Amino acid sequence: MIVDPDLRYRIHDLYAAYAACLDDARYGEWPEFFTEDAWYRVVPRENYDRDLPLSTLSLKGKAMMKDRIYGVESTIFHAPYYQRHLIGLPLIDQHKDGIVKVEANYFVTRTKRDSLAEIYSVGKYLDEITIRDNDLKFARKFCVFDNDIVANSMIYPI
Amino acid sequence: MTTNGQSGLDGTIASPWHGSGSSRIPSPVYTDEAIYRRELERIFYGPHWSYVGLEIEVPEAGCFKRTAIGERSVIMIRNRKGEINVLENRCAHRAMRFCQERTGKVMTLVCPYHQWNYNHDGKLLGVPFRNGVKGKGGMLPDFQLEDHGLNTLKVAVRNGVVFACFDHAVEDLGEYLGPDILACFDRTFDGRQLVLHGYSRQRIPGNWKLMMENIKDPYHPGLLHTWFVTFGLWRADNDSRLTLDRHGRHAAMMSRRREEVKQNVEEGVTSFRKNMQLHEPLLLDIVHESWWGNDTVCMTTVFPNVVFQQQVNSLSTRQILPQGPDKFDFVWTHFGFADDDEEMIERRLRQANLFGPAGFVSADDGEVIEFSQQGFEQDQAFSTWCELDGTGIGPTDHMVTETLIRGMYRYWREVMEL
Repeated sequence: MIVDPDLRYRIHDLYAAYAACLDDARYGEWPEFFTEDAWYRVVPRENYDRDLPLSTLSLKGKAMMKDRIYGVESTIFHAPYYQRHLIGLPLIDQHKDGIVKVEANYFVTRTKRDSLAEIYSVGKYLDEITIRDNDLKFARKFCVFDNDIVANSMIYPI
Repeated sequence: MTTNGQSGLDGTIASPWHGSGSSRIPSPVYTDEAIYRRELERIFYGPHWSYVGLEIEVPEAGCFKRTAIGERSVIMIRNRKGEINVLENRCAHRAMRFCQERTGKVMTLVCPYHQWNYNHDGKLLGVPFRNGVKGKGGMLPDFQLEDHGLNTLKVAVRNGVVFACFDHAVEDLGEYLGPDILACFDRTFDGRQLVLHGYSRQRIPGNWKLMMENIKDPYHPGLLHTWFVTFGLWRADNDSRLTLDRHGRHAAMMSRRREEVKQNVEEGVTSFRKNMQLHEPLLLDIVHESWWGNDTVCMTTVFPNVVFQQQVNSLSTRQILPQGPDKFDFVWTHFGFADDDEEMIERRLRQANLFGPAGFVSADDGEVIEFSQQGFEQDQAFSTWCELDGTGIGPTDHMVTETLIRGMYRYWREVMEL
């Protein structure tokens, strides 16, 4: 099925805006990309492939995402770093019922102060997007990452 | 000439310690290559039991999991009799680390280089061209298959948890743990069927002992971790007990959480947030389980490579895999019990957000370990100050002490002869 070109452009815009939000460290705005009861999950590929339910982060609902951002900004002590997201061309599977399934590769670099940039997370988004009132939101976003030995810690959202 | 912590040509190492106690730990203990090599030989490959996994990770005959003890790769595998073996991942022929998958199921273990073929007990079953080809070459007549098996470790399985040791003269696991630590172990692992929830892995750029210290240090959680102090999970004014084995090498920290938290522990604990409210209270939806008794947390460190975590409804084993003196891999295996209902499974998984590389109360443990290591690297003449509650070693009924760290280093100095 050929994806409606207008929808395709809007999905490209959504991913560009999502990456910009995180890379610009506007974390307070990050939960607004999601529906109220969305599921955001960061999961090592090892667990995902083996159907093991443990996640690195599993936030169900926007409220939990806000708590995470409070933690990121106010309670978790960590070395500051920049992120840079490169998101590949989305593979779009348009459904009739208002849900759009999207897969997109991502590549995230981490740059700490006084350090060189490093490859931080390499994986794939497995997303479901809803369209309501002409507004696109993530109802589900799984970040399934290949490099499952995390370089010490994972603070900011992917 | 030898300098502090440097090895001489004869294999001797000059002790970097000043004085006889264990409360002032010198930088080379965390940074020196020769000291680290001796740790591998005497601690990880010597008479100490190392955690390798849970029995449920290898549910059927031929199921295996690859892991490591120290820097030596090992394979935990179940045989046809249902027993667990731990075999060194090194072909007896040309040393190949032949097993590269993390898990799997095999009829036999085959080294692909020359197809040497081993059974689940590590016995060599056969080798190609043993008798040569057309009467030429092959093994000499005195070649015996039984002389060329895989290196087999001594194994102990207790209530679903598997330990192994390269040194077959190691004492019995129960004696190794001692009665108090064994009681903490059996509190979680009482023989109930376990269920695997999954793994988290992180590589922490610090010396492996810093993680042991972190979980023997009840002083930091109520200071570094806002969540613990604000929601009463771990505070200096909670009822608590610390215990250790007779050598001081293993320890356990037990505590009871406060249901109601209204005040700071003391003026100036800046991690306490009086008005902090969760948008989603479910994150701390704690349900008491009957097997806990009074304690809502029990953190057990078994020397040298594992931490057993019960922190409210979240359960994990945390395995330490050293990678040189200045980094280690930290592997979290989360689990539940077979009789958990759907709600409890969900609760354990939700509370797992507190732990692991992204955890609300453990992401920063990896960070502080990294920065401690940086401090040791920059000044080899430095010694830590580890004298909270004096210099003694023993059980306590409070958290304001570094006694468990001193206990580990007293034992470490004996074993390392430094």
